[in-house]
Amino acid sequence: MKVGIPAEITPNELRVAATPKTVKRLQKQGFTVYIERHAGLKANFSDKDFEEAGATLVNSAKEIYSQSDIVLKVKEPTLAEVEQMREGLVLLSYLWPAQNQDLLKKLADKKVNAVAMDAIPRISRAQKMDVLSSMANIAGYRAVIEGSFYFGRFLNGQITAAGKVEPAKVLVIGAGVAGLAAIGAANSLGAIVRAFDTRKEVAEQIASMGATFLTVEIEEDGATSSGYSKEMSKEFIEAEMALFKAQAEEVDIIITTAQIPGRPAPKLILDYHVAAMKPGSVIVDLAASSGGNCVLTKPNEIYTTDNGVTIVGKLSQLPTQASQLYGNNLCHLLDDMGKAANFKIDMNDAVVSRAMVTYNGAINWPPQPLPVTAAAPKKETAAEAKEKAVVSEAEKIKKQAASMAMRLTLIGALLLLLGQFAPAEFMQHFTVFVLSVFIGWQVIWNVSHSLHTPLMAVTNAISGIIIVGGLLQTKSEFSNAMTLLAFSAILVASINIVGGFVVTRRMLNMFKK
Amino acid sequence: MIVNNIQTAAYLFASILFILSLGSLSSQESAKRGVMYGIIGMLIAILATVMGAGVEGHVYIIAAIAIASVIGVLLARRVEMTSMPQLVAILHSFVGLAAVLVGFGSYLDPHTQALQGTERTIHLVEVFVGVFIGALTFTGSIIAWGKLEGKVRSKPLLYPGRHAVNIILVIVSIVLGVLFAKADGIDGMMYLYLMTAISSFIGVMLVMAIGGADMPVVVSMLNSYSGWAASAAGFMLGNDLLIVTGALVGSSGAILSIIMCEAMNRSFFSVILGGFGAAPAAAGDAKAIEGEVTALNHEEVAALLKEAKSLVIVPGYGMAVAKAQYPIYEMVQVLRKAGKTVRFAIHPVAGRLPGHMNVLLAEANVPYDIVLEMDEINDDMPDTDVVMVIGANDVVNPGAQDDPTSPIYGMPVIEAWKAEKVIVMKRSMSVGYAGVENPLFYKPNTEMLYGDAKESVQKILGFLKF
Repeated sequence: MKVGIPAEITPNELRVAATPKTVKRLQKQGFTVYIERHAGLKANFSDKDFEEAGATLVNSAKEIYSQSDIVLKVKEPTLAEVEQMREGLVLLSYLWPAQNQDLLKKLADKKVNAVAMDAIPRISRAQKMDVLSSMANIAGYRAVIEGSFYFGRFLNGQITAAGKVEPAKVLVIGAGVAGLAAIGAANSLGAIVRAFDTRKEVAEQIASMGATFLTVEIEEDGATSSGYSKEMSKEFIEAEMALFKAQAEEVDIIITTAQIPGRPAPKLILDYHVAAMKPGSVIVDLAASSGGNCVLTKPNEIYTTDNGVTIVGKLSQLPTQASQLYGNNLCHLLDDMGKAANFKIDMNDAVVSRAMVTYNGAINWPPQPLPVTAAAPKKETAAEAKEKAVVSEAEKIKKQAASMAMRLTLIGALLLLLGQFAPAEFMQHFTVFVLSVFIGWQVIWNVSHSLHTPLMAVTNAISGIIIVGGLLQTKSEFSNAMTLLAFSAILVASINIVGGFVVTRRMLNMFKK
Repeated sequence: MIVNNIQTAAYLFASILFILSLGSLSSQESAKRGVMYGIIGMLIAILATVMGAGVEGHVYIIAAIAIASVIGVLLARRVEMTSMPQLVAILHSFVGLAAVLVGFGSYLDPHTQALQGTERTIHLVEVFVGVFIGALTFTGSIIAWGKLEGKVRSKPLLYPGRHAVNIILVIVSIVLGVLFAKADGIDGMMYLYLMTAISSFIGVMLVMAIGGADMPVVVSMLNSYSGWAASAAGFMLGNDLLIVTGALVGSSGAILSIIMCEAMNRSFFSVILGGFGAAPAAAGDAKAIEGEVTALNHEEVAALLKEAKSLVIVPGYGMAVAKAQYPIYEMVQVLRKAGKTVRFAIHPVAGRLPGHMNVLLAEANVPYDIVLEMDEINDDMPDTDVVMVIGANDVVNPGAQDDPTSPIYGMPVIEAWKAEKVIVMKRSMSVGYAGVENPLFYKPNTEMLYGDAKESVQKILGFLKF
């Protein structure tokens, strides 16, 4: 089967859908690879690299679109590009199907079977083909690097001979893959990082990356079964805006990553937020391509507002690495679709059926909702659960007290009964026995887990104390049955004592720091 | 010859030393001192007894102790650390045997025969109970030893109605006990013999019914029994030292059993009654495992290790079997020299004895401050780059947390799957002792490395050049 890779024609698209490494991989899967001349130049891959990896160079995109079985692409094709495609072609590309209805129609008319890489469902099996995650990771990292460049100061706090430098404060809005990557990068550069997300479940992930989780005091969870967040109520948004206002006055860099699939990005940073920021501050808007999270963002532009805030609406894509990761995602998908030998479009497959937005001339969008949830949303709110927990805790303590009282009464009665009948000597021994059990109980709980084996060996040794029984029973004449029994008892008990202590010492001597 | 009061004082001192000895095991630093306390306590106890009133036949005593010391030292010196469970089990059986012998001796003792009325009855009951526990410990430990040594098959032996049979046997023993207590002179010997046979049988069947993975519980339980047997002997002889020491050992074993059971999320009784892994799991309802198993070769694993910054090694019984602890530590040293954080995560029931893995790693000179418990390390798993699971299976099974149909659901496990990458070293795809499929192997971030743990680690070492 022929796999073709055209050059990207959009001027600011630097990536390419294959790299020399993925070309080799595609061949391993059994495909023959054709690539348009100069396709990889912007991502720093020369034609020679591709040729050496085994790809055949082709002079025009037209040849690729008309002769390949599968075409790998990054940016969604233009209508003109689609015009060149042959019937039955399988196209793997970003398509943004929700925003590009015309394109879908055109693709369906041309009977192109198009897989929207951005529509791969977010389930664990499909993680390796999830281009949004792999690209978001790069974007998050880059947002911090570029934000810090325009910010023009240290991110970490320093105490130098020349004076003290305060660490920069970074606010990350939206803790998806990009947000988490940004938190990690900013944190490792030494900034104080805070992060906001409407989904309560990500609080832990935020904390694990080293940021403080900011939240509003309204009980509403933004998690949905798709793994993305939903739009929130009016009260929530008001509280959120107030929070952003307070943060805007304080922080130096704001990185916004909030996107809702198939819709314009939510407006989170309004003009008065920007006005509240200190001169020299930076906003990096990762949602710029879908309209921007900040109202003042200009897509594909970097500019400074009147009050000195730099708003970054475009990011370098790290095209070399981005191409590599994107190419890997494509290879994984082709792997899943059966490689060259068994290549098959399986519309019963959970992943393929949802990402295959046009199939056999029909539009297959929007897809069926996923049956499984990313993480089961909580049924009750935290406050309710807490209240319940408190109530049940109180009940539990009451119950415990009651059952304890019952037990103690029972034990007391039994002891009284025993005292009635048993001779005094027995009661004395019994006292010693019970107290020893309690002492043992207290002492042993403190024993370190790693010393359990030595503990067993040492208790083995001291349970050899039963030798005392044998010692007391030995008689002076050996023919006496008692002496024989006692002799054997002393023998086995001594093996225990000696063996137990020696082996315990041996073990403990091995434990070294 | 020392007077009675001094003997009592000596016994009290010995008891204190024993308690200190166990208490010292709370940390590695004080543990060695603890053994000294134990040895001194034991010497004082034996000397005080031998020098006390009414002890005869010193020659035999010295002979027995001398022979036993030689055997004991040889046993303890020769035993391999991987065979510690067997040694511990066989030592338990000795305590049980000694308790039986002392019980019979006590019954024959003229002092016993001189007792009258309630005192006699109580004493006879003590003898009876002591012999019962002793015999059960003896045979149970022998079977446990056999299972650990591989001489008895480790699969649980279950037959229908075994609970009923056990209950009937216990009832029969009680009836025998009543007859025994009523018999005059030493006429009750017959009942004592019969009961010893029954108790021995119960001991055998009890341990036969328990599967290999539950061995840590069984060994700790037998540890507990051996303590109670010593305590019972103390009651027979009216000797407080025996009672105290027995009670200490008894509660120690009981606590270990509880810790082991908690670590497997199983009730003590269900372990004792046996049958784990033999009953088919709720068929059909089990969660389907998604994903596929991917394997790496040694060179690829070495490459992964080179890239990783923080590593966690989860050893299991497989490491003990392959005796892989030495090459593993060699590998750890290489990795640590390259500036990587390497730690070990130990599950409480890894191995066949509580704390078994710690001893094996200590044997290979692994410093104990990089050997952590499950609870200490689980929180760090998400920040770990690579987890190497070496010969462990059930203790890293994510099904224990997310699959309610899994037979081990609810058991605390090491959350290996939360790490960036998991490498599972295993002989084959076979299931662990619990007989449960492990979804970990199918996770996208898990890679398998098949083969003998020792050879694999040595091969990886070959590729690990920095």
